[in-house]
Amino acid sequence: MKYFVRVNMAKGTVEFEEVPEKYKNMGGRWLTSRLVYDEVPATCHPLGPNNKLIFAPGIVTGTSAPCSGRISVGGKSPLTGGIKEANAGTPAAQSLAKMGIKAIIVEGQPKEKDSFFILRLTKDGGSLEPAGDLVGIGLYEFAKRIKEKFGNVDFIATGPTGEKRMAMSGVCFNDKDGRPCRYAGRGGLGAVMGAKGLKAIIIDDTGAPGVNIADQDLFKTGQRKLAEALREHGVTKPGGTLNSYGTAALINVLNEAGGLPTRNFSAGRFEGASKIAGETIAEIIKQRKGSGTTGHPCHPGCIIQCGNVWARPDGSEHVSCLEYESVWALGANCGIDDIDAVAELVWICNDSGLDTIEAGVTLGVAMEAGLIKFGDAQGAINLLKECAKGTPLGHIIGNGAAFTGKAFGVTRVPTVKGQGMPAYEPRAVKGIGVTYMTSTMGADHTAGYTVAPEILAVGGKVDPLVAGGKAELSRNFQATTAFLDSTGYCLFISFAILDIPTGFEGMVETCNGVLGTKWTTDDVISMGKEILKIERAFNEAAGFTKAHDRPPEFMRYEPLPPHNNVYDVPDEELDKVFSEL
Amino acid sequence: MSINIRVRLYATLNKYNPRGPNTREFTLEIEPGTNLLKLYEILGIPPEEIKQAFVNGRRVEADYILKDNDEIGIFPPIAGG
Repeated sequence: MKYFVRVNMAKGTVEFEEVPEKYKNMGGRWLTSRLVYDEVPATCHPLGPNNKLIFAPGIVTGTSAPCSGRISVGGKSPLTGGIKEANAGTPAAQSLAKMGIKAIIVEGQPKEKDSFFILRLTKDGGSLEPAGDLVGIGLYEFAKRIKEKFGNVDFIATGPTGEKRMAMSGVCFNDKDGRPCRYAGRGGLGAVMGAKGLKAIIIDDTGAPGVNIADQDLFKTGQRKLAEALREHGVTKPGGTLNSYGTAALINVLNEAGGLPTRNFSAGRFEGASKIAGETIAEIIKQRKGSGTTGHPCHPGCIIQCGNVWARPDGSEHVSCLEYESVWALGANCGIDDIDAVAELVWICNDSGLDTIEAGVTLGVAMEAGLIKFGDAQGAINLLKECAKGTPLGHIIGNGAAFTGKAFGVTRVPTVKGQGMPAYEPRAVKGIGVTYMTSTMGADHTAGYTVAPEILAVGGKVDPLVAGGKAELSRNFQATTAFLDSTGYCLFISFAILDIPTGFEGMVETCNGVLGTKWTTDDVISMGKEILKIERAFNEAAGFTKAHDRPPEFMRYEPLPPHNNVYDVPDEELDKVFSEL
Repeated sequence: MSINIRVRLYATLNKYNPRGPNTREFTLEIEPGTNLLKLYEILGIPPEEIKQAFVNGRRVEADYILKDNDEIGIFPPIAGG
């Protein structure tokens, strides 16, 4: 039996509903986007009573499918003003799925502003209770108190910046060791959680029934094929580059390719890149011994295991995890090459409840504005700490790059639909630029990761500096990704399954095995397109037009060294992505 | 008259660095007409360990003929997010 858990924060009620037939085969992003489309008025205020916050594990999450411990969080974004799906890898995803919870739908808000509650979920049901002394503290202290009060449970939480409704705030989940460090970061959904007075969801899956599998044999066949592909591919295999060096191995690749956005997107190469690259991180972790480690999984059952735990010089634990995006945003984009300072900035984001990507892009804009200098690590640390303090400056920074740019009259603001650009410079990687400009999510790299063929020679080889033909490339990636985001699989399986067709077949077979459906590999793109259509329709109703699918103006006229290209994919080409859907 | 190139070997390939694993990059003198495939041979890197190479910031294929002052970055399979 599968349920929707409907939580009404105005009435204080928690109801378990049978899942209506139309949602039966959906999961992850497909389910959150469909529910947002069906239940959220597109013109509502994202922080008001009519927005909803929806959590949905993926279709195969909670089973023994490899790398499937992921959850989607959906709603209307206070950052973009459009539909948002953010995604995290966490044991919490697996627990919810095993408890038969297909989605948690949080609606309404308490009558009394700034009153906060926690939702407790067990196999027997759910209840709301006052959050008490869990409010207004950093998330590391929060995680400690949760362990003391409830033992080894999973949690979903909003940090102090989410309580203060800042649009840079993400939704925090526990990692397999209980750290508050796995985030559905993008788009300010932590602020939506805070606006609904929901401080945390505490999940105890003791005695949970597990995920029902319609066709065990088919599931096992698919699982085997997928696991084989993951174990074969150089990127995903045990001892492969993701396992050994983590995602920050990309720093040197993008730097070499001239597409690593540096100092607020003013150059494509950073002279300090090698000091913050994955190879250096792995080397230092090894040297410092103690609590540091590479090859750290975000959830049990992951074959790839690409995370890390960073140690201080004395070997004591500092922070998990130093990812490519975080290290780029808080490092190269700010002109900071001190990896320990970057680690501290990551820690502040984790503790405050902030999206590391938006934080780094915002700090870059703040540096452009002259608040602090590029490369001033201590200045960046002090500025970022203002957010959780809730000072007026903290509220400006905490509302993201576009808001900060506006406050200080900056024109070099690298955002699309109000969301800060991630770690790939559009003028050097033109296809990812198409994804940034056209995705329903705002500037988003995972939404259609054309970087794979453009820079990494995965899933083909495409010239990143050529402007033509990128609409179709981005569209296909966006559609395939929308489907993958619904399965509960980590997107990194795509590196293996794009190169190894049996792996792709296996992925589809695991879904059919769980659901009893008969999807083919060809169905993946068409189902993905249906998801994108729903999201586009929501955004249109929310007031988005073609004018929102455009690069920031400065990228049209400012050439980016070292290749000295401007962003020259024409508007007509950008419009083809969805006009030819 | 030989030509000079600058080479950077990344991640698992750095163990083939002739100056030792602690130097970031090294210069090499090679014969004109040397292509990338030949360079891999000179450095003793098994081709199956190499995913791709960038010369002066652009991906090139193994038949690329190296020019004076070229900067080459050679990678194993790498990906991420």
